[in-house]
Amino acid sequence: MSKIRKKLIGKGDVRVDGRKPGDLRPIKIEIGLLERADGSAYIEFGKNKILAAVYGPREVYPRHLSLYNRALIRCRYHMAPFSVEERKSPAPSRRETELSKVIRDALEPAIFCELYPRTVIDIFIEVLQADGGTRCASIAVASLALADAGIPMKDLVAACAAGKVDGLLVLDLDDVEDKEGEADLPVAYIPQMEAVTLLQMDGSLTRDEFEEALKLAVDGCKRIYALLKEALRGRYLAAGNVVGEDVKKINEGGS
Amino acid sequence: MEDSSEIISNIERKRILELLSQGKRLDGRGLKDYREIKVERGFVEKAAGSALVSVGGTKVATGVKVEVGEPYPDRPEDGALVVNAELTPLASPTFEPGPPDEYSIELARVVDRGIRESKMIDLETLCLVPGKKVLVVFVDVYVLGQCGNLFDASELASVLALMDAKMVNYVVGKGGEVKAKDKRVPLPVINYPVSVTMARIGGDFAVDPSLNEETVADARITVTTDKDGNICAVQKGGVGVFSMDEIMEAVDIAVEKSQELRRDVLGV
Repeated sequence: MSKIRKKLIGKGDVRVDGRKPGDLRPIKIEIGLLERADGSAYIEFGKNKILAAVYGPREVYPRHLSLYNRALIRCRYHMAPFSVEERKSPAPSRRETELSKVIRDALEPAIFCELYPRTVIDIFIEVLQADGGTRCASIAVASLALADAGIPMKDLVAACAAGKVDGLLVLDLDDVEDKEGEADLPVAYIPQMEAVTLLQMDGSLTRDEFEEALKLAVDGCKRIYALLKEALRGRYLAAGNVVGEDVKKINEGGS
Repeated sequence: MEDSSEIISNIERKRILELLSQGKRLDGRGLKDYREIKVERGFVEKAAGSALVSVGGTKVATGVKVEVGEPYPDRPEDGALVVNAELTPLASPTFEPGPPDEYSIELARVVDRGIRESKMIDLETLCLVPGKKVLVVFVDVYVLGQCGNLFDASELASVLALMDAKMVNYVVGKGGEVKAKDKRVPLPVINYPVSVTMARIGGDFAVDPSLNEETVADARITVTTDKDGNICAVQKGGVGVFSMDEIMEAVDIAVEKSQELRRDVLGV
């Protein structure tokens, strides 16, 4: 850790990027943008730019991995070599392997896997630009891609981190706050089930700080959830309009 | 546990669930009891530090090596810590030789986080030539017997090995050359992280889950605390879910149990 580092919290609890402690970064969502994928979604979460695609339910290769009573869920979280300051080797790192696993664990409880025995649902996540909080943004965007693929789900999964920066509990840490701050607590949450499906933490928090940070993160998840739902609804409204236009054309042509 | 190819009979599964709902366990333990923990410190003389820990039938050996190496680019003035975990094929019929799978990587990274985030080793003191040469502490976790709860056995073995480690005393000469002195010195240990892992089975938490409990569990939670009882690492595993109240229940259990482990097993 550098001995002299710049303060991360300024006057009036303002953070480096001008946010208040409880503020999320701006979020932009696009759904169904990849033609070949069964489902896809793209999210801009602050400076994070993440693309997710879902293939399946489809036949499992290699076949011995298939499960007789449910769908196999596979997840690959991967960062593009140009997504971070210094070029990242394209080979999967240990961090990416771990994140692939915890992201899968976070999404799987929301999916009705038992409806598709002997199949696989592949979730591919590509981080095109990373700026802290990529695992949470990945979970959110992947749950939208799953929904876009028409896979039956109990709910969308929202995710958000809380943490401690310069002694202050804050929501949705960016890269600097994550690296220089005292603690980071990423959480994924399924609102319909009131269930936490991803929980990790590093840094140092007292028990009470931990509890408060957990509440803050879940609150952030609920706010992100509202945005996800709105984006998904927008996607179906748009699709409905297209169909509506076609019907109109057919009717007009027929009359 | 998740991804495990362990198989359990329906009758055993049913029995485990039945007993847990009455606050009992198949091996007679209470819900918050650990299995018997045995520790053998310094059993590999060639390692800077080593420990063999068994928790019931689970066996983990950790060896520590300290070598001169390069610092991480983002921490040019700190020593480096590298934690690696091997699930050796002799530990379980379901472990196969080959490159580390995601479970062994998760294990290594959770142990790493406990050591790193509690600042157990004062890495700032392990710098030789800033930006060029630092000491690299290698912590190699070797799982020798898998009977459940690899996380806590691995964390204990690693912390004990680091506590006992004696490294070569390196000094930097005037020209910046690194020389090794004969005398060996201990590692700068300044904290004692302890992890407590619980399996969530039905509505109950079973501390230190055995293999059959892990196999029927729907989720796992590991909470690592430092010597002051602060929480320094948390990891949820498995496809099950937790309510917020359940998370805080697990945190409170971990804080309580880690004090016992720190006193009885680490002796600090």
